[in-house]
Amino acid sequence: MAAKTYLAGVKEYRQTYWEPDYQVKDTDLLACFKITPQPGVGREEAAAAVAAESSTGTWTTVWTDLLTDLEYYKGRAYRIEDVPGDPGSHYAFVAYPIDLFEEGSVVNVLTSLAGNVFGFKAIRALRLEDVRFPLAYVKTCGGPPHGIQAERDKLDKYGRPLLGCTIKPKLGLSAKNYGRAVYECLRGGLDFTKDDENVNSQPFMRWRDRFGFVAEAIAKSEAETGERKGHYLNVTAPTPEEMYKRAAFAKELGMPIVMHDFLTGGFCANTGLANWCRENGVLLHIHRAMHAVIDRDRHHGIHFRVLLKALRLSGGDHLHTGTVVGKLEGDRQATLGWIDLLRERFVKEDRSRGIFFDQDWGSMPGLFAVASGGIHVWHMPALLAIFGDDAVFQFGGGTLGHPWGNAAGAAANRIALEACVEARNQGRDLEREGTEILTGAARSSPELRAAMDTWKEVKFEFDTVDKLDVAQAA
Amino acid sequence: MSAIQDYRSRLSDPASRKLGTFSYLPPMSPERIRKQVEYLVARGWTPAIEHTEPDHARGSYWYMWKLPMFGELSVERVLAEAEACHKAHPGHHVRLIGYDRLRQTQGAAMVIHRGKPV
Repeated sequence: MAAKTYLAGVKEYRQTYWEPDYQVKDTDLLACFKITPQPGVGREEAAAAVAAESSTGTWTTVWTDLLTDLEYYKGRAYRIEDVPGDPGSHYAFVAYPIDLFEEGSVVNVLTSLAGNVFGFKAIRALRLEDVRFPLAYVKTCGGPPHGIQAERDKLDKYGRPLLGCTIKPKLGLSAKNYGRAVYECLRGGLDFTKDDENVNSQPFMRWRDRFGFVAEAIAKSEAETGERKGHYLNVTAPTPEEMYKRAAFAKELGMPIVMHDFLTGGFCANTGLANWCRENGVLLHIHRAMHAVIDRDRHHGIHFRVLLKALRLSGGDHLHTGTVVGKLEGDRQATLGWIDLLRERFVKEDRSRGIFFDQDWGSMPGLFAVASGGIHVWHMPALLAIFGDDAVFQFGGGTLGHPWGNAAGAAANRIALEACVEARNQGRDLEREGTEILTGAARSSPELRAAMDTWKEVKFEFDTVDKLDVAQAA
Repeated sequence: MSAIQDYRSRLSDPASRKLGTFSYLPPMSPERIRKQVEYLVARGWTPAIEHTEPDHARGSYWYMWKLPMFGELSVERVLAEAEACHKAHPGHHVRLIGYDRLRQTQGAAMVIHRGKPV
């Protein structure tokens, strides 16, 4: 083969980075972007530009290109598809060779795929819709510190979803009053309580005080109910050093689980904390503050399913996924798609659920899906039907807002859940017979009856902003 | 709205102790227990029975009653084994389990006879 010669100047991206005949390799990392090009920029050129700018390319030819084998290292756009119902945009599929990415680093993957390319002038808007992580790359990542099955064994809870509650008001309580709210929830029958994501270590409640009172609440509620309990102690902190210090103190207190915000804290901190949790036998709950900033716009940003896949690789044992039925955004089909991506071993391409690629997770454990936000006992039948057993349902207001207090609110939720599980196992249709199932259970539970009377009329019926493209086209 | 009720749960009251899934519901009738056995057998899970003295209910390991009933599809035989375990250990908690070997977990676990709580 003749050596290449150096020709300075600007080439069209498509000459180098558009390869419609490319045969995708099993080890390639694949990405699907939704591109909205500027007027006058062709689809293939836009796709090639994205492939180039997210891999080896820059805007002009440089002589050092010739010192390496760009054919081996470059990403290439290999397919373009219409976006249903959206003529101004198109999907571009890009394949990246696995050697472009440091092993075990979602930080590195996102720095390339979601880096400078998102500010590129020839593109009006760009959204990373999905990523196929090759199994060879998955195996380099630590993933969930424990996973669903190990968590069930550690907590001795089987055959049902778990129940949690975020303590409110989310800011302003003293540590002792906060611990009181935790204790009341746990003795009433919840498995977990949770620090609100905003609770870190503010002047009104420093983390060490909070951890101490929460530990006492857990110890007493466990002795009282005979069941294992936990509270997600939020160790999200200004620095990694501080984060590890808080996690270590949680472990010293014998606490089973800590919590982290993976987007505001960052993937570097998250992966480090996940590794710490694995080494120290502490479960890890993951909150997703800031996700809607990144994933809600249908034309620009990163889809939540990509953030979720990155988190499964980085590590966590629980992840918030939306509820479908509560106060926060969440399309049902899309949610079903990403909870599969969170929990299953292998997930097939399914455009009706917004899944663009087969994803093989190999031996990597799955995580519990967490449904939280604006839900209460009346949602229980639908939540169980949507999420199945491997989920945590978190009722914040739906526990604490009970007219008789947290313990009664917790008991109402636990009884509603168990009644729904029993009914499902009997083959009853939860979403059609929900009212009968709950009404029946309330006959032996005044707590549940009072909860049902309190929240009967609450509904959240707004349209979803981030619809699936297929859904919109239909 | 009815008047506020006190939540009756006490360290000093053994009746406050719970035993996992379904322990917040009223005790199940034989007919309701049968339906749960039908469910776990239909899922392809392996039925198993275990039991313990109520004093030692909190550990991960209770006593196995014989072996898990691999391949057992008869709801009658599963219920008969649970009953036999209860007769042999009348003061014990008796738990029915459905082992899900594909997911390496217990798909179902429920206490169907309660000893005297402590």
